[in-house]
Amino acid sequence: MLIPRWLLSDRAGLVLLAVLAILGIGVPILSLWTPPDHPLHLSAYTVTLLGKYLCYALLAVAVDLVWGYMGILSLGHAAFFALGGYCFGMYLMRQIGTRGVYGDPVLPDFMVFLNWKELPWYWYGFDHFSFALLMVLVVPGLLAFVFGWFAFRSRVSGVYLSIITQALTYALMLAFFRNEMGFGGNNGLTDFKDVLGYPIHDDGTRIVLFILSILALAGGYLLCRWLVSTRMGRVLVAIRDAEDRARFLGYRVEQVKVLVFTLSAMLAGIAGALYVPQVGIINPGEFAPINSIEAVIWVAVGGRGTLVGAVVGAVLINYAKSWLTGALPEVWLFALGGLFVAVTLLLPRGLIGLLRPRETTT
Amino acid sequence: MSELISDLDGGGLSLPQKPVDTRHGILLYLEEVTVSFDGFKAIDNLSLYIGDGELRCIIGPNGAGKTTMMDIITGKTKPDSGRVFFGQNIDLLKLDEPAIARIGIGRKFQRPTVIEPLTVIENLELAMSGAKRLRGLMTTRLNSEERDRIAAVLERIGLSEHGGRLAGILAHGQKQWLEIGMLLMQEPRLLLVDEPVAGMTPAEMDRTAELLRSLAGSHSVVVVEHDMGFVRSIADYVTVLHQGRVLAEGQLEDLQIDPTVIEVYLGAGDAYH
Ligand SMILES: Nc1ncnc2c1ncn2[C@@H]1O[C@H](COP(=O)(O)OP(=O)(O)OP(=O)(O)O)[C@@H](O)[C@H]1O
Ligand SMILES: [Mg+2]
Repeated sequence: MLIPRWLLSDRAGLVLLAVLAILGIGVPILSLWTPPDHPLHLSAYTVTLLGKYLCYALLAVAVDLVWGYMGILSLGHAAFFALGGYCFGMYLMRQIGTRGVYGDPVLPDFMVFLNWKELPWYWYGFDHFSFALLMVLVVPGLLAFVFGWFAFRSRVSGVYLSIITQALTYALMLAFFRNEMGFGGNNGLTDFKDVLGYPIHDDGTRIVLFILSILALAGGYLLCRWLVSTRMGRVLVAIRDAEDRARFLGYRVEQVKVLVFTLSAMLAGIAGALYVPQVGIINPGEFAPINSIEAVIWVAVGGRGTLVGAVVGAVLINYAKSWLTGALPEVWLFALGGLFVAVTLLLPRGLIGLLRPRETTT
Repeated sequence: MSELISDLDGGGLSLPQKPVDTRHGILLYLEEVTVSFDGFKAIDNLSLYIGDGELRCIIGPNGAGKTTMMDIITGKTKPDSGRVFFGQNIDLLKLDEPAIARIGIGRKFQRPTVIEPLTVIENLELAMSGAKRLRGLMTTRLNSEERDRIAAVLERIGLSEHGGRLAGILAHGQKQWLEIGMLLMQEPRLLLVDEPVAGMTPAEMDRTAELLRSLAGSHSVVVVEHDMGFVRSIADYVTVLHQGRVLAEGQLEDLQIDPTVIEVYLGAGDAYH
């Protein structure tokens, strides 16, 4: 197989892809074909946890594309993740059918509970897997496109842009909390039974979802790596470092921003869609402003503008989070804040910066 | 979305929709242009004409409105009134910055602005005309024709040895040259060059003067500069700007004995020699 030059020169990326390949082969073996009492056996819980980290890593890659390369500090990317998650959650809800508590063949339980008589129009089509998949891309993409169109064209940038992205995710959180919105309010969407006919809690299904998460992360990574190594990638860096220069060279900066922001939102949407069947629930908490901020911290800790750093940061911090929220839950936010400050001050190029003494952005 | 892509895609860079009409020998017209910031008139009823192929120096004390004038020509600032035309036929006030860049107006900023994390060659590649279509951006390689164009510009700006270095580690003067090189990659008709020799050694200044002089004729070049020695070494014709208006125009020797010019500018202190 011929490896293109842009990938060949990306050593860290090749290591990442190799690790993903090893996980993709090793995890199924250790969980499905290793006896449960074997010391290396991976429980369903562990597989799900790993899958979750992979989804977060894809979200981090999406954040790094817009922040690390184009200089747009989005503090609302978890919104695109959550929207992708809701779209796939709606499909999973429709699959429950008569197996819900109220046994309604069409309406999800929470709608029966609210005394709704028919399915709201925006739930139509979500019983089809392919339609739901399309929406996983279209809904976050469309929101990012419309938001970017207005924000970038009125030349909102810097801190103001970050603040309105926070406002965006916060507004969505409040909206999704409302029962009348028709997305299960507070409780969100849960109690999923199966996906494409396969029981969602089966070990085999979990492994398939895990492998899909690996493929999505690898694909998302490759797409972003390719993009930043094209001329377009140079344009992104120019926009990040000298926006006016890019404009006076003849680039339509606003349009480039909208396009890349939309692409990034779609990647975040895919991450969310893979996350939901693995954790088994999506609720408005996923829109919480802190989630978007955490994603930015993963990228900063791993190394902004490196893509691989985003993956490393997301996995390490979430591993620490799983461990610490179990041991000392009240300490987590302080630890995260402290880590962020420490990395910003001591390792401005993040953990990846430790490996690469001199780094160019392309 | 499709409109967006077609817009990104459309309008080849070096080919304006309609060619610039310079039958009267004038490339740039500014007529009765006024712009004010919070009531303060930074440009006050300014009229200025730049000939096709001319090398013009613009001098004037700090705050005279020189940079603001460039902002107006390049679409960054829209004037309150007046007309700005490229040739006889292209109304620059109807265009935005990228469109103005694409019809052939390149601008060097007062503060050198190159993309520091990219190499010298990548900076030039970024500026290359014809590469700004969406399809053109989706490539990771340079073709041989593009490589030749870049090599020619590298040669011209004296950075042939430095093509693979990061722009951020170039010396100050080299960054200025790189930025001029980026303008050349755009293949403009008009170059607006704001303070090209600030921070340069005398030897670097000489090379810059030579470079700018070599561009005149095939391009129109407008140079804003404070350094009188430098102005003397390049200018055919000099415009003195003061308080947003043209105070005087002519040969530098004549201006240097013009009492009004001496009063506002040349006599202003040793800073301007
Ligand atoms: N965006 C702006 N808002 C308010 N005032 C401005 C703006 N841009 C320029 N000015 C003012 O307009 C006047 C002209 O500024 P300009 O930068 O054009 O001067 P200049 O001739 O380039 O000076 P210098 O030689 O210092 O570069 C100055 O008084 C400046 O403060
Ligand atoms: Mg100025």
